Amino acid sequence: MTTPDAYTFKIFRFDARNKEEAPRFDTYCVGILPGLTVLSALLQIRDEVDGTLAFRYSCRSAVCGSCAMVMNGRIELACRTQVASLGGDTIVIEPLPNLEIIKDLVVDLTPFWTMYEKVQPWLVRRSPAPAKEIPQSEGERDRIDQFVNCILCAACYGACPVLGRDPEYLGPAALAKLERFVLDSRDERPPGFLETINDEKGVWGCDTLLKCIEACPKDVRPTDGIVGLRKSLLKYKFRKLAGGIEDEA
Amino acid sequence: MLHHDIIIVGGGLAGLRAAVGLCEHYNVGLFTKVHPIRSHSIAAQGGINAALGNNPDGHDDTWQKHAFDTVKGSDYLADQTAVELLCQEAIKVVYEMEHWGCPFSRFPDGTIAQRPFGGAGFPRTCFSTDLSGHVLLNTLYEVAVSKKITIYQEWQVVALAAGEGRCHGIVALDFKKGEIVPVAAPVTLFATGGYGRVFQYSTNALINTGSGIGMAYQAGVPVKDMEFVQFHPTALIGTNILITEAARGEGGWLTNSQGERFMERYAPHTMELAPRDIVSRCIQSEMDEGRGLEHPLGRYINLDLRHLGAEKIKKRLPGIRSISKDFIGVDPIEAPIPIMPCQHYSMGGIDTNIRCETVLPGFYAAGECACVSVHGANRLGGNSLLDVIVFGKLAVDPISEYLQENGKKSDEGLLTDLVKKWEKKIAKLAGGGEKPALLAARLGKTMSDNVWIFRQKEELSRAVSDILVLKEQYSRVGVMSTARHLNYELVNAIELECMLEVAHTIALGALLRQESRGAHYRRDFPQRSDAQWLKHSLMRRDENGNPSVSYSEVAITNYHPMERTY
Repeated sequence: MTTPDAYTFKIFRFDARNKEEAPRFDTYCVGILPGLTVLSALLQIRDEVDGTLAFRYSCRSAVCGSCAMVMNGRIELACRTQVASLGGDTIVIEPLPNLEIIKDLVVDLTPFWTMYEKVQPWLVRRSPAPAKEIPQSEGERDRIDQFVNCILCAACYGACPVLGRDPEYLGPAALAKLERFVLDSRDERPPGFLETINDEKGVWGCDTLLKCIEACPKDVRPTDGIVGLRKSLLKYKFRKLAGGIEDEA
Repeated sequence: MLHHDIIIVGGGLAGLRAAVGLCEHYNVGLFTKVHPIRSHSIAAQGGINAALGNNPDGHDDTWQKHAFDTVKGSDYLADQTAVELLCQEAIKVVYEMEHWGCPFSRFPDGTIAQRPFGGAGFPRTCFSTDLSGHVLLNTLYEVAVSKKITIYQEWQVVALAAGEGRCHGIVALDFKKGEIVPVAAPVTLFATGGYGRVFQYSTNALINTGSGIGMAYQAGVPVKDMEFVQFHPTALIGTNILITEAARGEGGWLTNSQGERFMERYAPHTMELAPRDIVSRCIQSEMDEGRGLEHPLGRYINLDLRHLGAEKIKKRLPGIRSISKDFIGVDPIEAPIPIMPCQHYSMGGIDTNIRCETVLPGFYAAGECACVSVHGANRLGGNSLLDVIVFGKLAVDPISEYLQENGKKSDEGLLTDLVKKWEKKIAKLAGGGEKPALLAARLGKTMSDNVWIFRQKEELSRAVSDILVLKEQYSRVGVMSTARHLNYELVNAIELECMLEVAHTIALGALLRQESRGAHYRRDFPQRSDAQWLKHSLMRRDENGNPSVSYSEVAITNYHPMERTY
């Protein structure tokens, strides 16, 4: 049978309710069975050693997006990261950057969801609904595929250097979500909608450092989305100047 | 005290669909213990059944054929009136979801793609690669955002308030603030999902405790057919993460240690696409009879996709390819996936009718936590995404009618008393002796050891007596801190009480039902007995806290019970 390997976990601890107490790292020495993930290790520590440790989780299979955090400096989903893959026997775990910490590894995702809502992330239709499906070719469906796969885990939000200095920036996930709809052959949002992202808080804020792509656990490339939106925006502007588009009422 | 017209508990597909249908006319508050996008609906992979007839091999499909397959799959325990409604609505809700933006995979002619699934006579499972739950939940959440539905995220409901023969609302813990809050409403709808985590081996998310079912039961609402637990044939060994039935729908094989496609011996016509109850028993038998393979994480059977080719796997099954690579280090393009059967789905649940009504006026339930019953003794793959959306939608009209006919006053005194009771209960958890995680592990072990795929009297009796011991131990449960904000150990302790109730009804139901039907297989009673057991079992909590059992008729319309062969 397999035997546990000894690891030292240094886990960030803080309680926004108890501000007199400074943030600290608590150390836990535990035996972890080979192949287990960081999430399993955190559950083991909470269930067996320290019931006060706070972290989010749900699916434990890298599909729900609850457990993005920083492990030995790398942003990943805790449930998808094997403890052994981090190299070394000391694992430092910290909450996702660019967001306020509520308790331990739990951050306040309100700004992330606010940005998501700002881009009107739903299919806009102006034509009447057909009796059956709205036709879409396989190629048209494939075009949105990578953006459809986003699990909204906010790993990219934590990794984005622009958000580190400008919390008003929409961020990679929200812009990628908008591109998912702009690229969807069924979406009928007025082209003037792109004006809402035509500034430094929108598509022009991105430094194209590709940190979001590196951080994404689902192989989504938010920068592709941002570049795509920039192109659509320029095309829209050009057509508007050429008199091809009338201003929206 | 918060006030709403309608409280919806649960932010998965059923809860969101109901909220979307009700929010334009009523003040809806949706309470969910995780952000809606983190709900377990997100993890559904294979697809949603509807007789659209888009597949070239499925042009002759009809909702009636879908209904027949569902009834036969249920081993004739499903209520046929409910199944007929489900299958007619299926076509409407799939188109509705598509119109709302759901990015279904497509056929070359631009229609929604449909694939074969277990127990189905036609390829009628609509899908989006193998991330069908992900796209459906995202789409419904997007609609909910567009309609500005009030969502209380990370609120753990702790009790349903019932009194004077009706429902008055809920008491919930605002998890981030750490406050216990009474919420008054004339209508409460539970869409709280399944109970997979009462078993040690389950495909379910860690949040699937079944606490909603337990809370309804504690409030005196009967639960139905709890002994019917679905075991999915193909879960990854070790983590028990789901490997979709679509892997077999797309042509995957199950092979044993001798490289044999053993389904040929059990279900020669449908092979790997026999219904889940049958395939799970076959896999378990192969392993029990020494034809499994060995791995440090346990015994397994191979799910072989290699002959499908890299292109098809990448296009149709990208999600399970990632899961296999990430969680067991196997790329299914190159090697078979090691799988075992695991608890997957709750056929039973809160007793409801086709209007999502329970016996408690003002209290409704929909989705996996409810038992209408459309799945009977065994659910077909692709019918659960369907069930949750259809009954989330069908809850709308009955709730509207109830609100129009009934006064809107809740008994606030009752709610305040319930808050006080919970304040005391939580204070009592300080420094107690028994660790909740340890008790939960013991519960999971006895359920997986004794209430599994093959059942018999001695084991089931042992499970019931273990649960009674655990209930007694639970009276001494305690947590390290009774701070209420983001105290996951505390919430786990609270939910554990419900899990024990749920497990009790499952184990007792399985012990009492002396026949084999669908997913409930008794080695000591291997035959189905329609004369004695073609009936739903109901359990209600009596004054002493014990389950009292009764039975109700199965609604049969067009499909007379026959022997079930595949």
